[in-house]
Amino acid sequence: MTTSARSPGDVILALEHISLSFGGVNALSDISFDVREHEVRAIIGPNGAGKSSLLNVINGVYRPQHGTILWRARRRHGMNSHDAAAAGIARTFQNIALFKGMSVLDNIMTGRNLRMKASFLEQAVWIGRARREELENRAKVEQIIDFLEIQHIRRTPVGRLPYGLQKRVELARALAAEPSLLLLDEPMAGMNVEEKQDMCRFILDVNEQYGTTIVLIEHDMGVVMDISDRVVVLDYGRKIGDGEPAEIRGNQAVIDAYLGVAH
Amino acid sequence: MEERLDTFPRLLLHHARTRPDAPATREKDLGIWQTWTWRQVADEVRALACGLAAQGFGRGMHLAIVGDNRPRLYWAMIAAEALGGVPVPMYQDAPAAEFVFVLNDAEIVYALVEDQEQVDKLLEAKAQVPTLAHIYYDDPRGMRNYEGVTSFERLLELGREFDRAHPGFYDEQVALGRGDDVSGMLYTSGTTGRPKGVRQTHAAFIAAAKGSAGFDRLQPSDNVLSYLPMAWVGDHLFSYAQWLYVGFTINCPESGETVMIDLREIGPTYYFAPPRIFENLLTQVMIRMEDAGRVKRSLFRHFVDVARRCGAEILDGKPVAPGDRLQYALGNLLVYAPLRNVLGMSRIRVAYTAGAAIGPDLFRFYRSIGINLKQLYGSTETCAYVCLQADRGVKLDGVGIPAPGVELRIGGNGEVLVRGPMLLKEYYKRPDATAESIDAAGYFHTGDAGYIDDDGQLRIIDRAKDVGKLASGALFAPNYIENKLKFFPHIREAVAFGDGRDHVCAFINIDVGSVGNWAERRGLPYSGYTDLAAKPEVYALIRECVEQVNAQLAGEPGLADSQVRRFLVLHKELDPDDDELTRTRKVRRGFIAEKYAVLIEALYAGRTVQHVETLVKFEDGRSGIVAADLRIEDAATFPAQSAKAA
Repeated sequence: MTTSARSPGDVILALEHISLSFGGVNALSDISFDVREHEVRAIIGPNGAGKSSLLNVINGVYRPQHGTILWRARRRHGMNSHDAAAAGIARTFQNIALFKGMSVLDNIMTGRNLRMKASFLEQAVWIGRARREELENRAKVEQIIDFLEIQHIRRTPVGRLPYGLQKRVELARALAAEPSLLLLDEPMAGMNVEEKQDMCRFILDVNEQYGTTIVLIEHDMGVVMDISDRVVVLDYGRKIGDGEPAEIRGNQAVIDAYLGVAH
Repeated sequence: MEERLDTFPRLLLHHARTRPDAPATREKDLGIWQTWTWRQVADEVRALACGLAAQGFGRGMHLAIVGDNRPRLYWAMIAAEALGGVPVPMYQDAPAAEFVFVLNDAEIVYALVEDQEQVDKLLEAKAQVPTLAHIYYDDPRGMRNYEGVTSFERLLELGREFDRAHPGFYDEQVALGRGDDVSGMLYTSGTTGRPKGVRQTHAAFIAAAKGSAGFDRLQPSDNVLSYLPMAWVGDHLFSYAQWLYVGFTINCPESGETVMIDLREIGPTYYFAPPRIFENLLTQVMIRMEDAGRVKRSLFRHFVDVARRCGAEILDGKPVAPGDRLQYALGNLLVYAPLRNVLGMSRIRVAYTAGAAIGPDLFRFYRSIGINLKQLYGSTETCAYVCLQADRGVKLDGVGIPAPGVELRIGGNGEVLVRGPMLLKEYYKRPDATAESIDAAGYFHTGDAGYIDDDGQLRIIDRAKDVGKLASGALFAPNYIENKLKFFPHIREAVAFGDGRDHVCAFINIDVGSVGNWAERRGLPYSGYTDLAAKPEVYALIRECVEQVNAQLAGEPGLADSQVRRFLVLHKELDPDDDELTRTRKVRRGFIAEKYAVLIEALYAGRTVQHVETLVKFEDGRSGIVAADLRIEDAATFPAQSAKAA
């Protein structure tokens, strides 16, 4: 292969003038930004800035009151989450949302759900299409297990794993859907330095190996500046900065929002 | 026509011809065990050798091999040898800076490595290694944007092309090989000074493989798990020389972390592990048993007691009372067999441990539940083949009788001297060291002090150079004391001092797993190693261990003076990355004494607290300072007893 999958391409997702409110609370006000194919796009901002709401708008959990979303040049007012998943958008959650009693393998298999076409009856008697699909899906899941280096916990119930590994399993489940856009909500929250470094490496590897576009929310500035191509900064539901890491680092509004400013 | 099976490439061709479809190598990949037959391995090796030849590799050259135990890395060793080259396996967990010495010493031009991690390290080392020109990698993951390195697949392609263009080449090369060619260069771990390249011939390793295979009746149907570092002589004997000599199957685990799972799945018949692995396994079992229900726990305790009483005797075929025999049979059904199964040891015929002293309780435990665990003695210079314990001649303090073909005698200063076909050819570029260690009569000086006991078994006391004298003139064998300390599951490492001093003092490293578990059960909160190590409760725990050792030493002739008077628990774990241990986890005594001179002084000056700051390297390569105020405590000593009390 001659070209790197990491060189950013065309805009695949554009948000135009998105506003979202819950009753009298404006979670997002007039937010516009775009995401290019194959890039790592970070969303940062203080607590309550509206970062998670924004992710929820992108994958259709929330419908914004105003504004439109362009997904691969198709305009839509809002997606529902099933459409988003079918369109190739996968995500992980700020608070881990795995099936605690199920094994790592089974959890990741649930990420293949949309790819399973066999009927209930076929699956029940384990014949024909159901069998073939299971083998295919299992093979794909094994590749992801290998990729994220979690072979040793394949059969372990998720509830017994430490937090850092649960995060990795959640990433694995999102990857199992073979997404073209991956939304990561604070993938490194609560991790120690070593776990963070591992996670960074996995995110970059996913981006490089599969060319997956990644939108992530993260608080650790060092991480954000290291791994993202472009950064959006939110504060109180407004966009206060957008650009490459070097630009953002020098942006006065961003510095004020993070460090506080004397009024 | 009699076939000459005197080199490893010829042995491979022999198996491929006589048993083409028998399994040679397995590896777990993407959750499934993949198998390569002898014919397939021979084909791969042929293509690989031709690929290396196409790249200019040839007779007398060195091929560095770095990575976890991957089939292709084992095959690469045969490929290099087929061309008359010399494989140089290196410790895969060493940082780039440590690679530099070996790469330069061996004048490495060609290196074949496992993955991106190793490629990165080699590229980092390359700035200081002018000769290094060709790097090949097995796993393509993350390697998309690298330039100037070649994939394994590409190397095979080149090889197949070359083979088509020069069809007779490979067979000619294999035919050129001779038994006394150097077949591999393994570096010593370097407890003192720089590592030395030990050059071994095909003949030496084949002699060692033949002798040990006959001794333990190894069969082509045997299975081993290949999981110990490829750079270590033990793995080279068990997973390479014996593999090719006997023709059994080697199994490569999925990753370093899955070894225990893979062990269970494969159920090897022949197994080798250093004591610390047996210890970790047992610790895991014990921790899990403490979490088990009351009935299970008491069942376990009862039958482990039965096994302790008579299990080892039953294994040795000694007379045992019928009542105990019955109990043991019941225990086997209810506890031992399931336990062996959990440990992945249901099918083990022969298991060996070596490399360090094994604790008496540990050793007896495994034997008592029916696992034929034995000890052997050897070193890099002797193909890990000097002494072996026979099936009915197993005991704790010995390391076995001289292996077939090995001549052994004790030198004037108590040093163990050996002679035989398994000896090294030479140290690379070190005629001085070679001359120093092999005497005129052809005996190799092992550097270990030992003696032959009444049963004809060799007993090792210590490294000859470590054996010193206390100020009183009494013998001081630091390893002997340290081993006694390390037999306690709570103590991971110990370093004893005393040469030329009035009495013995020791540094202790606690075992975080074991002591951590102990602390949790007592509701004792701690934040990490340093914090846990400094707890007064932990000091009390360790003092108890030290005092038990003192009581033992008091009962042994001539060792009463070696009782540990004062000790401290170190604030950091001794680590190969900080040069405190070798890669095979042996204590580097001199280095530690220098690095922690202030602590030693405090021990002997009678201080009770000492501040210390230590530079540590973290796994990601950064370094930082760990500071602590270490407490120093006294341990009770006991009056000497002329004979052991009953």
